[in-house]
Amino acid sequence: MKDIQLSHGGGGEETNSLIRDLFYKAFENETLLAAEDAALLKVEKNIAFTTDSFTVSPIFFSGGDIGKLAIAGTVNDLAMMGARPLYLSAAFIIEEGFAFDKLQMIVDSMAKELKKSGAKIVCGDTKVVPRGSVDQIFINTAGIGEVIKEGISSNDLHLDDVIIVTGDVGRHGAAVLMEREGLGINGDIQSDCDTLWPAVEALIDGNISISAMRDATRGGLSAVLNEWAEQSSVCLEIEEAHIPINEPVQGICELFGFEALDFANEGTAVVCVAPLHAQMALDILRSTEVGKNAQVIGRVTNKKEGKVILFSSHGSSRYLDLPKGELLPRIC
Amino acid sequence: MDNLQLKDLYEGFRDPSVIKALAKQINIEAKKLEKPLYIMEVCGGHTHTIMKYGLKQLLPTNIDFIHGPGCPVCIMPKERIDHAIALSEQKDVILLTLGDMIRVPGSKSSLAEHRAKGYDIRPLYSPMDALGIAQDNPDKKVIFFAIGFETTTPMTAALIDRTVKSKINNLFFHINHVLVPPAVDAIMADKRAKINAFIGPSHVSVISGAKIYLRIPEAYKAPVVVSGFEPVDVMQSILMILRQRNENRSEMEIEYSRSVTLEGNTKAQELINTYLHPRGHFRWRGIGDIPDSALELRPEYAKYDAEKIYADVLPQEPIDDHKLCICGEILKGLAKPHDCSVFGTACTPNKPLGSCMVSSEGACNAYYRFAEV
Amino acid sequence: MCLSIPSKIVKIDEDNIATVDTMGISREVSLDLMADDVTIGDYILIHVGFAMNKIDKDEALQSLSVYQEMLEAMQEDERRQLIEDDDNCENR
Repeated sequence: MKDIQLSHGGGGEETNSLIRDLFYKAFENETLLAAEDAALLKVEKNIAFTTDSFTVSPIFFSGGDIGKLAIAGTVNDLAMMGARPLYLSAAFIIEEGFAFDKLQMIVDSMAKELKKSGAKIVCGDTKVVPRGSVDQIFINTAGIGEVIKEGISSNDLHLDDVIIVTGDVGRHGAAVLMEREGLGINGDIQSDCDTLWPAVEALIDGNISISAMRDATRGGLSAVLNEWAEQSSVCLEIEEAHIPINEPVQGICELFGFEALDFANEGTAVVCVAPLHAQMALDILRSTEVGKNAQVIGRVTNKKEGKVILFSSHGSSRYLDLPKGELLPRIC
Repeated sequence: MDNLQLKDLYEGFRDPSVIKALAKQINIEAKKLEKPLYIMEVCGGHTHTIMKYGLKQLLPTNIDFIHGPGCPVCIMPKERIDHAIALSEQKDVILLTLGDMIRVPGSKSSLAEHRAKGYDIRPLYSPMDALGIAQDNPDKKVIFFAIGFETTTPMTAALIDRTVKSKINNLFFHINHVLVPPAVDAIMADKRAKINAFIGPSHVSVISGAKIYLRIPEAYKAPVVVSGFEPVDVMQSILMILRQRNENRSEMEIEYSRSVTLEGNTKAQELINTYLHPRGHFRWRGIGDIPDSALELRPEYAKYDAEKIYADVLPQEPIDDHKLCICGEILKGLAKPHDCSVFGTACTPNKPLGSCMVSSEGACNAYYRFAEV
Repeated sequence: MCLSIPSKIVKIDEDNIATVDTMGISREVSLDLMADDVTIGDYILIHVGFAMNKIDKDEALQSLSVYQEMLEAMQEDERRQLIEDDDNCENR
């Protein structure tokens, strides 16, 4: 089979063989294979529930693809609430004529990413739409997790809490920007697209007192810090020089006048912890693959409620504001 | 350190210890000032550096910045933005311009909004890309809406050169290139203007050479220091200005010696002169008409001139800014963004009422985005 | 806007195009505005896809070393001042 045809979404034989030979094979688990109208699930603790749709363009980029993103994105949203990711749904809307090989690569990528958290896809849907109705493929994933650490909330930052970022920032936005036509640039930038659950699990196992966690997706680090400052009515004082940014990302920012703090991330989180646990949290994060470049970047104060202040290393400071306007369309 | 690494050119001129040390020296030197220093940094890139690195906070209170009109997008009057929009609406036209122009609102719409309506409008990262687009679309009329100061003008000239020599007949130009020294004269013509020193633009000077500022110190009794755009460059330039004032000198000096010479890039200058020449009048948003302050295609290249070819569809009425806008006063140092009654309320980067708010290099925009703590 | 940044020439191609590197990002630029020849390893300023000029390495090195000397001199002054303050301390 070379291309996906409208018949693959028709609900008949072609649909069934697509589901069976591609999706069931890649995502294989008992619940999914039971092939009921709805998946029957059991969760012991409180539930965290999230959904995201993925429309990223290009669908394959350095460091990932739309499939990897669709899994990591939803799994991370659960992880950020202290919930172990358990069950996902996956809905595909595919453009007629989409290459089967590409779909295979995307699905394999999803299966691989699922292993990092142990979550399972237990239900799904496939639609095929006429040419031009979507741009190649859109994916929606919804996720259920069991909350194993309660009380994590962006409304709950405490004075003197320490802010840690789990890795260098801006890589996903920079990677997608690089792939877009018209810029004519090449560089070694890989999206940071990744599952954060192992890092979160390690923090929870280490009994770290976590006030808040958020993965820095659209709007980047700037957005997360500003949202926290506003929601918790606190001030976040950040040391500019401590924010890790890798060289090629900085290069793109220099070339085009962007700010790395505004670029999206898809596998980098900001974690707010109690001051006494800060060093331990840092050590724990650095012992994980996804958090190996974690850095402390600042702390929570009451200097100017609702604002984020960036301190330079030469003695000046300024407010870090929310990024304005459309930087990059369709980056996640 | 006898081997220069590329990163030295970045980090070396952003070194926090050096910035702090220069700040110290500036504070010592400034004590000897008889009168306060009002430095205009002409170029928007310098405004950006000053705001991003919070340099004003490091200076004593008797030194103030007056942010100049050095932002080619900011000074584009609305009626000329409307030209771009009108051109995009013409049959079989592909309108090209540099990225910054896309979001600026004209009187009714912006290029971005028009693009969303389906008009073929494409932002370019390099003017050279226009060649490929023209060649790939032989049945379209490709119009390059050219903007920029002296820094960007030679690139348009190089594009025109290639167009003419390759005999490409479907690429046209709407020229909006402007010049720095006439703008300085226009601002200083107002006797109330407080400026008594200038930080000269970095990259305009790379192209034109520092020679274009030679008459300014004499004319206005004001030091001119041509500065690089990194924070160390700007701080060093302020120190050089201070020393001049304290020694009663008014001279043109080059701080940006690694890139600026007196002569500049003569090949670029020749290319410009081959295809472009000064036009009698050009309205600068926020300042008004400044004679000989902009360029147009030479008459022998009229067949490439979109402004002539499409003259009958291009609006000519000057469109003034909102009456509450005080950009003109801000540009002369007679007011600050915060003095404006609509700053940050009716006038924001997303819906700018005046030139200073339009792009990240306008004074009001910079104050809005990089608000000091 | 006049955003223009130093980059290093890593390859010279046909038709007056060079490949430059800026902190790990590479792109092609036009050499149409360069009167002098450029060679691999030169540092140039690029603006909207064109090389504008060659950066004078000697001037750059000189500026940087002047700043380093200034720093060292100030640190030396500070040290001396600290020692003097200590010597003159009344609490001895």
